[in-house]
Amino acid sequence: MADNADITFSKPLTGLIREDRSPLTLKEYRAGGGYRGLEKAAKKMSPDEVLEEVKASNLRGRGGAGFPAGLKWSFMPRDDKAPRPRYLVCNSDEMEPGTFKDRLLMEGNPHQLIEGMACTAYALGAEIAFIFLRAEYSVAAANISAALKEAYDAGYLGSNILGSDFSLELHLHTSAGRYICGEETALINSLEGKRANPRAKPPFPQVSGLFGQPTVVNNCETLCNVGHIIDKGADWFKSLGLGSDSGTKIMGVTGNVKRTGLWELPMGTPIRELFEGCAGGMADGYSLRGFLPGGASTDFLLPEHLDLAFEYDVIGKAGSRMGTASLILLDDKTCPVAMVRNLTHFFAQESCGWCTPCRDGLPWSEQILDRIERGQGSMEDLDTLAWHTQFMAPGNTFCALAPGAAEPIQSALKYFREDFERHIKEGTCPWH
Amino acid sequence: MAKITIDGQTYEVEDGQNLLQACLSLGLDLPYFCWHPALGSVGACRQCALIQYQDENDQRGRLIMGCMTPVGDGQILSIDAENAVNFRAGIIEALMTNHPHDCPVCEEGGECHLQDMTVMSGHHSRRYQGLKRTFSNQDLGPFIGHEMNRCITCYRCVRYYRDYAGGTDLHAMASRNRTYFGRFEEGPLESEFSGNLVEVCPTGVFTDKTLSQDYSRKWDLQCAPSVCVHCSLGCNTSPGERYGRLKRIQNRFNSDVNGYFLCDRGRFGYDFVNHPQRPRTPLQQQDGEQSSLTSEQAINQLKQKLKDPEICWIGIGSPRATLESNLALQRLVGSDHFFSGLSHQQEQVHQALLKLQRSGHGQLLSMQEAEEADAIVILGEDISQTAPRLALSVRQAVRSIGRSKAQAIGVPPWQDQAVQIANQEAGHPLYTLGTQPCRLQPICKQHFPATTSEQARLAFAIAHQIDNKAPAVSGLTKAQQQLAEEIAADLTNASRPLLITGAGHGSTDLVQATEQILAALSRRSKGEQPGLVVSFDECNSLGLTLLNHRGQENCLDDAFDIVHQSHDQGGKQIGVIIVENDLYQRASKATVDQFFNDLSDSVVIDYLPSDTLAKANLILPAASFAETQGVLINNEARGQMLFPVYAAGDNIQMSWQWLHASAADINDAMADFSNQAQALRACLETEPLLGALEPLLEVSQLQHQGLKLARMLPRASGRTAMRAHISVHEPKQPVDEQSGLAYTMEGVPYTAMAAEHSGGGMMPASWYPGWNSNQSIHKFQQEIGDNIEGPVTGIKLSLHSLPDPSIEWSEPTKKARAKADHLLLISHPQIFGSDELSALSTAIAERTPVATASLHPDDAKAMQISDNDLVQIHLQDQHIQLPVTINPQQAKRVVLVPDYLDEIRGLENIWVTVRSLGPNPVITSDRRAGHV
Amino acid sequence: MANHRLPNHDIISLSAVERREIEAECRHYPKRQAAAIEGLKVVQKHRGWVSDGSIQALAKFLEMPVGELEGVATFYNLIFRQPVGKHVIMVCDSVCCWVKGSDPLTQHIGNRLGIKPGQTSEDGLFTLLPIVCLGDCDRAPTLMIDGQQHGHVDADKLDQLLLELEPEIQLMEVSDG
Ligand SMILES: Cc1cc2nc3c(=O)[nH]c(=O)nc-3n(C[C@H](O)[C@H](O)[C@H](O)COP(=O)(O)O)c2cc1C
Ligand code: SF4
Ligand code: FES
Repeated sequence: MADNADITFSKPLTGLIREDRSPLTLKEYRAGGGYRGLEKAAKKMSPDEVLEEVKASNLRGRGGAGFPAGLKWSFMPRDDKAPRPRYLVCNSDEMEPGTFKDRLLMEGNPHQLIEGMACTAYALGAEIAFIFLRAEYSVAAANISAALKEAYDAGYLGSNILGSDFSLELHLHTSAGRYICGEETALINSLEGKRANPRAKPPFPQVSGLFGQPTVVNNCETLCNVGHIIDKGADWFKSLGLGSDSGTKIMGVTGNVKRTGLWELPMGTPIRELFEGCAGGMADGYSLRGFLPGGASTDFLLPEHLDLAFEYDVIGKAGSRMGTASLILLDDKTCPVAMVRNLTHFFAQESCGWCTPCRDGLPWSEQILDRIERGQGSMEDLDTLAWHTQFMAPGNTFCALAPGAAEPIQSALKYFREDFERHIKEGTCPWH
Repeated sequence: MAKITIDGQTYEVEDGQNLLQACLSLGLDLPYFCWHPALGSVGACRQCALIQYQDENDQRGRLIMGCMTPVGDGQILSIDAENAVNFRAGIIEALMTNHPHDCPVCEEGGECHLQDMTVMSGHHSRRYQGLKRTFSNQDLGPFIGHEMNRCITCYRCVRYYRDYAGGTDLHAMASRNRTYFGRFEEGPLESEFSGNLVEVCPTGVFTDKTLSQDYSRKWDLQCAPSVCVHCSLGCNTSPGERYGRLKRIQNRFNSDVNGYFLCDRGRFGYDFVNHPQRPRTPLQQQDGEQSSLTSEQAINQLKQKLKDPEICWIGIGSPRATLESNLALQRLVGSDHFFSGLSHQQEQVHQALLKLQRSGHGQLLSMQEAEEADAIVILGEDISQTAPRLALSVRQAVRSIGRSKAQAIGVPPWQDQAVQIANQEAGHPLYTLGTQPCRLQPICKQHFPATTSEQARLAFAIAHQIDNKAPAVSGLTKAQQQLAEEIAADLTNASRPLLITGAGHGSTDLVQATEQILAALSRRSKGEQPGLVVSFDECNSLGLTLLNHRGQENCLDDAFDIVHQSHDQGGKQIGVIIVENDLYQRASKATVDQFFNDLSDSVVIDYLPSDTLAKANLILPAASFAETQGVLINNEARGQMLFPVYAAGDNIQMSWQWLHASAADINDAMADFSNQAQALRACLETEPLLGALEPLLEVSQLQHQGLKLARMLPRASGRTAMRAHISVHEPKQPVDEQSGLAYTMEGVPYTAMAAEHSGGGMMPASWYPGWNSNQSIHKFQQEIGDNIEGPVTGIKLSLHSLPDPSIEWSEPTKKARAKADHLLLISHPQIFGSDELSALSTAIAERTPVATASLHPDDAKAMQISDNDLVQIHLQDQHIQLPVTINPQQAKRVVLVPDYLDEIRGLENIWVTVRSLGPNPVITSDRRAGHV
Repeated sequence: MANHRLPNHDIISLSAVERREIEAECRHYPKRQAAAIEGLKVVQKHRGWVSDGSIQALAKFLEMPVGELEGVATFYNLIFRQPVGKHVIMVCDSVCCWVKGSDPLTQHIGNRLGIKPGQTSEDGLFTLLPIVCLGDCDRAPTLMIDGQQHGHVDADKLDQLLLELEPEIQLMEVSDG
């Protein structure tokens, strides 16, 4: 018991999760301190107090953009005259290449998510909630379904939760593919049974979201933190971070390292600690040329950036984004042009087809990259490619998919330009 | 008002709009695709980008989308900044990566928004080297061609077709750069507004198939401001002609009437003008022998006939002929001898509707005003079949609920996507009462299917609910009572309630009940009067009714009676002049045959090949609308002038011209008809209510600095090219002596005319330098969506002047008794098939549904009839056989058949027996195959 | 895709089980149409793929225009609008798996089964499809067979998996690389 309590203090999100990820039962979860946050919220706190606590904790969204969760919630109309029903949606679409953290949370400890959502819904006065889960996570789906049943039976969900007048219906929605569903407004369209094109903002979902009603969308990991913050307090949460960001973050490493995997580390942990300490550094025979710090839609960083603290603003200043904190490594045995082509292929395919720069610009970029990679490119192609990354800059497109796609391209052109030029000059890929 | 700075220039612009609108209103060229003035903004294409600067010190600025950004006071903007120019060129280049560059074989070429925007954005050489994706196309029926490879994925088509017009069979499919716009499977587009896709699509994906079949470029077409003749709404059109053939109809913007859109009957119904059997020279017919005459001979013949002292001449006018032609005939034969050309029942309903319009109990609304209504009851009229464009306006009224919900959360009305999301099908109080299910039903709060007398009873009950001084209705069912209460409540709560009825249902009771509701409502309403829209059957029904003061006694049936009596009793010999009317469409064959038998002589002036024409001793070919100058009065009493698109030649003349030419020197009353302006003046003098049309007299002659307005586009190469293979010397062009328009390309372009006059439009076709497509409209508007600049060609009459009309409550309709084992035969109108003009157009004929007899399931069950049976309907002394459809949304105790069946003409509202002949042996798709 | 399909009349009807399952999903939303994606997945679960007839039947059941449902069905890549084999093999081709050799792996599968990505083997047993990141990146390269994910897949492991699924089949001889 005591051990468990300790571990949820330092590793709140994953401390209880078993090595084999077999899900914690309700009993086990409670034994580790589970549902204390919800009990406290529903019995002792007003919705406003819950919201204030989360605001004070400085919990930032773990879906990639790092937007403060409490602030986002406060945009939702919550007074007596506010429209009903209001919705809470958990974004568990997790389709960003290289990102697999939410899966761990849902497979290993679904109750933690349910509790976080219940606390959040309580703060928002939302009476209906959905978990929007990507199609391929069938283990997570099964585990969540089982946990939902337990939670309903135990009175953590349904009407008059824990004897309060707060009620919540929580449904699991499993998707049918497409990365764009992770964009919160596209997700809402998808949840309405429509094509997942994003919606224009404003109005923001908090004002007019699912079925035109006020809606908050948060990432799975964001929501998993909420129960702990209510239980242990904002100050505790803030004290977890090493730098200016609060809490811990599940960080991942993939590529040719000694150990790939996920680790829950304090916000602000130096990247090197993750890369060397956790992942064990490069696998034998490989050396590091660069890495995408936060998933496929972030700018490359170089080995020289390894000593940066892994937190939103520091990574931002270095010219990239923390994103989902999943390192994707580029090693010396992998062609950077081919890697960028692979990434661009992904984004071109996943474009929803709504706005021009993304729909028609990305396949064009992919073709150029393909040509260069095959050794048939020209120097003008490099200019066109650079132009494309400007063309898809933030604000130029309807949503953030294409600007995200531009990030690895523009940074590769910056850091690995000789490699592009060698392809052109040698007329072939030097890695072939 | 807001002050904004664009590229160093400061402008005052209207608040509340978006920057794209503002720029276009200022006359600045900012390219765009996905935005459309009627459809609002969605920000998909990203073509309308400009730069916004934080303040004077900001050098870089930020790229924003004009269509998605509200105007704000103090904004500093640039269209010309290099990063904006560069981005916009990039957008068009990206859009064109998959475009086939097939402009030479594209119907849109020369009037293509994509071409215009490409040039405007400065993209002229390609960097893209990849393969282009290819799609296969669908056969979308006789109206619309489909070439998906030209698609630039602006989503306008589905936003118009599905969101705006309520169509359910055109959708976006697949995704990314393979997004496809089409139907689930091949087949005709079902919406009756599909034709607007041609103008809404900014490139050549959706094209006018009727034009494609005999194609000309826009710059080769001769056009004129015209008015649609296929129903009573009077939508403004711009027909195009070349080589003496009418080739297409396009929308002509008029913010009071049709705005940006037409219905498919109006767009594709024109082909009757080119009908191979159309009379094109005067003909003399005797004992089945035909001989053609020169026009001089024909005029002389008619003159001789009119001089014959043995014959008394009567005239039969027409609701589809202009005021001028109807009046000329009336003058010629004298008003006692002039008959309206409407059946007794039609005439009665027309008179009742005119009385309703004049009662002062409701304001006559235009279609655009109807779009603002916040509660609507449609009584008896199936407007989606009889006045389709009005149904599109009703759809907008229903959609507007979303705009007010959006406004509450700070979303401007043009933010289309957000408005729709806020709307979420919030119920608009739209009710329909009708014998048949109506296409608006899916969006109405409740549909009340019943016979017209039951509808009238419900309507009287609604009036009673609103004002209990109106007599109560006894014997209503509980459900009917509840419905009456609900409708009454919605009407009273509304700030802009609207009632719609029309001539199609044929019931004067229903008209009276409508008046009663209006009277009750206007007594209650605080400020504004309730709205009223009345539709008539034909393009000049109201004009005819206004001119024919003796309508009640002088309708078509009266003419039949008089001629028959005179013949039977050996009275005077009677000759008839029929102007633009096919009597066989209005009465049974036997009756009309008898009429012609009883007559001594007959002259028919018409442009339609018809059975009536075939009976005439003398046929004079009339000008169709496309060759006509004259005035039509639409359903809301708007007098509108139409102009000939091309010269018809000497053998074809407007009906009043034939009459004038033949009778001027023998009948003083005809002296007024020597030209159009005089003829119109005669109309205004005859009927004081028409006096307000006075300004049209001037408009018709309007010139610009002594020059006429050219019908063809400036610098059209078309005319010279037209005959170049014969001779490069051009023949003398026809001269238009009636109007201020010049044939072909001589004269001033509309662009010059528009600059001098304001208020309406004589625009032959929409064009502006750099804007070759219909999108050029905004170049002639002060504000987007405003009326275009140019002389007024339509004026709304005010039919009543009473501020506080008194009310005489009338007694509600009594419950009608049904006849045991019989059903009431009711003919219902069809958008494709009912109107006799468009029915002669091949594309429309193809879309006319198979005739069926429709029954309520209860009646079908009682009579042991199953779906798809063949049934025999016993009419008075004949029977017809039709396949059956069963529909729970139609009135009980009624058998519905389409009104274009010849057998049922003159047989309205009779009780018939219906018997099953067993399963229908022929499953056929042929238009009239079901009709034996 | 909808283009160039001629009207077809194989409108099927949904089974009682399908109706029940879809109806249960409908209850989660204020509008029936919101269950469109779950509805498509239910049909696919029972029938392997979603035929034109299924689309028509489902659209009717959900009270939505058939073209609207087609627009939804063709948007999502895990709704199969064409028949697939008894087993569907989806190989992740996104960046982490690609770095760890998903291309040669795909090639190996194709060679073993005699098909290219996007194709179904002649015996109708296997369909091979590329798929985006499966969220299993630390076990790259990964693939999914019939909804089951497998990580750290190499040629040997793959052969073994195929034989577990279909012990009778003859894998083609290949020389990879
Ligand atoms: C193309 C695209 C894909 C995205 N995918 C995800 C995703 O899979 N999961 C997620 O939580 N957020 C995703 N996001 C971010 C969401 O739009 C949204 O910002 C997030 O769910 C908000 O949650 P948070 O504030 O808790 O981070 C995506 C954004 C874009 C533009
Ligand atoms: S950037 Fe545009 S096309 Fe791409 S996914 Fe977003 S909205 Fe769709
Ligand atoms: S017109 Fe503004 S984005 Fe399309």
